[in-house]
Amino acid sequence: MEFRYLPMTEEDKQAMLASIGVKDSEELFSDIPSNVRLNRPMDLKKPANEVDLKKELAQLANKNANLKQYTSFLGAGVYDHFIPSVVDHVISRSEFYTAYTPYQPEISQGELQAIFEFQTMICELTGMDVANSSMYDGGTALAEAVNLSAAQTKRKKILVSTAVHPQYRMVIETYAKGPNLEIVYIDTKEGKTDVEQLKTALDEETASVVIQYPNFLGQLEPMEEVQQLLENQKKTMLITSSNPLALGYLTPPAAFGADIVVGDTQVFGIPAQFGGPHCGYFATTKKLMRKVPGRLVGQTTDEDGVRGFVLTLQAREQHIRRDKATSNICSNQALNALASAVAMSSIGKHGLKKMAALNMKKARYAMKKLEESGLSTVHNGAFFNEFIIQLDKPVAEINEQLLKKGIIGGYDLAKDYPDMNGHMLIAVTENRSMKEINQFVKELRDIHG
Amino acid sequence: MANRDFPLIFERSKTGRTGYSLPELDVPDIDLEAELPKSYIRTESPDLPEISELDLMRHYTALSNRNYGVDSGFYPLGSCTMKYNPKINEDVARMDGFSHIHPNQPESSVQGAMEMMYDLQTALSEITGMDEVSLQSAAGAQGEWTALMMIRAFHEANGDFHRTKVIVPDSAHGTNPASATVAGFESVTVKSNDKGLVDLEDLKRVVGSDTAALMLTNPNTLGLFETEIEAMAQIVHEAGGKLYYDGANLNAIMGYARPGDMGFDAVHLNLHKTFTGPHGGGGPGSGPVGVTEELKPFLPKPILEKRGAAYRFNHDLPQSIGRVKPYYGNFGIYLRAYTYIRTMGAEGLKKASEYAVINANYLMRQLQEEYDLPFDQHCKHEFVLSGRRQKRLGVRTLDIAKRLLDYGYHPPTIYFPLNVEEALMMEPTETEAKETLDGFIEAMKQIATEARDEPELVQEAPHETIVKRMDETTAARKPILRYEK
Ligand SMILES: Cc1ncc(COP(=O)(O)O)c(C=O)c1O
Repeated sequence: MEFRYLPMTEEDKQAMLASIGVKDSEELFSDIPSNVRLNRPMDLKKPANEVDLKKELAQLANKNANLKQYTSFLGAGVYDHFIPSVVDHVISRSEFYTAYTPYQPEISQGELQAIFEFQTMICELTGMDVANSSMYDGGTALAEAVNLSAAQTKRKKILVSTAVHPQYRMVIETYAKGPNLEIVYIDTKEGKTDVEQLKTALDEETASVVIQYPNFLGQLEPMEEVQQLLENQKKTMLITSSNPLALGYLTPPAAFGADIVVGDTQVFGIPAQFGGPHCGYFATTKKLMRKVPGRLVGQTTDEDGVRGFVLTLQAREQHIRRDKATSNICSNQALNALASAVAMSSIGKHGLKKMAALNMKKARYAMKKLEESGLSTVHNGAFFNEFIIQLDKPVAEINEQLLKKGIIGGYDLAKDYPDMNGHMLIAVTENRSMKEINQFVKELRDIHG
Repeated sequence: MANRDFPLIFERSKTGRTGYSLPELDVPDIDLEAELPKSYIRTESPDLPEISELDLMRHYTALSNRNYGVDSGFYPLGSCTMKYNPKINEDVARMDGFSHIHPNQPESSVQGAMEMMYDLQTALSEITGMDEVSLQSAAGAQGEWTALMMIRAFHEANGDFHRTKVIVPDSAHGTNPASATVAGFESVTVKSNDKGLVDLEDLKRVVGSDTAALMLTNPNTLGLFETEIEAMAQIVHEAGGKLYYDGANLNAIMGYARPGDMGFDAVHLNLHKTFTGPHGGGGPGSGPVGVTEELKPFLPKPILEKRGAAYRFNHDLPQSIGRVKPYYGNFGIYLRAYTYIRTMGAEGLKKASEYAVINANYLMRQLQEEYDLPFDQHCKHEFVLSGRRQKRLGVRTLDIAKRLLDYGYHPPTIYFPLNVEEALMMEPTETEAKETLDGFIEAMKQIATEARDEPELVQEAPHETIVKRMDETTAARKPILRYEK
């Protein structure tokens, strides 16, 4: 069998073994004790040639209902947005995607600068002073924010709204076990965090309050009230998880006193790809700059005074600080941060506002149409591009029917909220046309009866 | 911006330029200001660039030209396995049926994706000799932490709450002790002996009833196989601890030996190293975790199962440590790893390890005359030289690394592992041809000569790069982390 990634010829091999001074390659493995040697071939599928493998994998891909062929109203943290063609052209440049972490700045200025630009864009969107070079995803970024708040305040209690993405909450719970944090959930009232309950729970022990804005149920949280509450507990940190596209139109969390803002930039240039890789962002205040998890790119100059960029403040990180590091993150999501930076550059200052507005307008149109068709919506507060309707049948059942009509229906909230049977969370992005929305309303009404 | 400064995208921006083409507003327009309370409406738009499509492409193309990847040239960065990133992998990952599917679609509509994941899981179990694999962890460090959390849950399920310590060798990667801390453990260091292997006597000294686990990579970060692995496993297991395998170095042993057979209870793999996931300038990666039957109940949820012909995610796992990531992990990286494994098969993967080891030994033997080799024995996929001989001439390892840039190579990993003075850690990988290695050897020998004859040439390197050495001290002392007008 030939292997196109392996350039060693028999002649090379013999010459190299001779130069090493061994008679065969087995000698190089002779230090592996025979007891732990694998004495049979691994049981794997036979090597496949490029033509057959591509065919086979294309068939496998075709077994999946994809968002290009189906009309999707599914969001809940992952969205079907416009991805400018330039994005894939840029990230397909192998100088970017086949590079390692930019530890050698002299030959990594491209990556370093692109990330510096990404950090700047995240600061612009969130209104925060400092943003890092990326986290794995919105969920782990939030969990790291929570752990940081506990370390910083030396407190153990975290108040988390149940209107935070349910899977993000699960990730928080797992990360919180390490430092033994106590997670206290705050319920919602009319789709928003119950401020009264928050007020009661908030005390001297509280490290942070975790809010999603816009929240998982689509609603905009009462940020001003939360900010006021925290005026009385100055040490308690406010952490928000925010869809960065929404921040193209909405008041940034910094204006409501957020100490840490996290989220996922999947909305900018990153395909859904079954949930990953996406790209977490982490933004905070100057005060917490030296506590930020993950890599930071900073501006400096070279020996000749020319501007350049380097990885900086590395004393926070695992390779220097080891067990005292602020986080264990090493590899992050650099290429996806690049994709998002390209998308944000392409969409630009005015495009961003327009795109956010398109989402809001189309979502409101869909909501109105659904109401007109006799279906009931659940909340009437301000929202971005997601809202809930209530159905008489299980959402999973309806979604199987919709699928047959070429539609991917909304998110089944019963999975995470026991009192939300028949509640479907619907996302409407700029990619949905009026015709598609009308069709969705019609099919849903037909199925629902 | 000084004359020779390369412009930022913000400095190329001009009010009124457009780089986007958004869908139309085809629904009746409404007044959003009337829809939202005023406090929610942003008063100032985020200052993103305004740039035409061509200028955007020129900007990023120029940036890519200021970067260096595996496709640009030799990249012997130890511990990072900078092997070739196959192009078919990229094509597969971009197929619509893989890249444009939503994680919350009905499972019936994503069976193809789940089948691929299941097949990958099965292949990784076989390669590592572990009973069960969860793909969910996002990268190596997250895999380490995931496995440690499982080990913690295992001990706690046995009513054993006093195992608070994780043992890591002094040669371990920084993520090992950091992951131990994040998982709520205290790390304890075990020393290496003069052969570069874990010192068994020291291990016996530090192990005890408070040991939760020993974290180890084998071959270790010096590229040496821990020959006493069975004894080490016994020592740790007898004390009631678990053995954890950092799979960053799996590239040396595929088809030759498996962590499962060495007595490891949990492993993580770096799909972005051994299995050709591209590094992407720092990520995304993927760090699947494999475990023995005993640890299986603690796997992160959900786990992927096959029932008859159908695949499904099982969320009903009462002893699970919970979720470590939203959705199902970095699926796009699974596709690349899977395509690679299918391309190579058992035969190809074993050859990859064989050639990786031959390449590393060849390079090591060719360089040992000019550079100190602290541990003179056959290495596996990588080896560590010491620049201490050059240091006596006033030339530091950092200088050697910078001088390599002038010769057009990416330098090796430097100053790691910590137990070697002036370390130069080299991992050529199997995808490099002999001619490439010979060229690099030539350059390294040349630099050794320069260090003797004209040390300033090396000390002041690089000379040929687009920028010179950076002032990292000022960068850290007065951090500028974003652009401001
Ligand atoms: C030995 C070793 N362990 C763990 C890691 C961490 O892996 P990752 O960067 O994917 O988190 C690395 C990567 O540099 C490594 O070399």
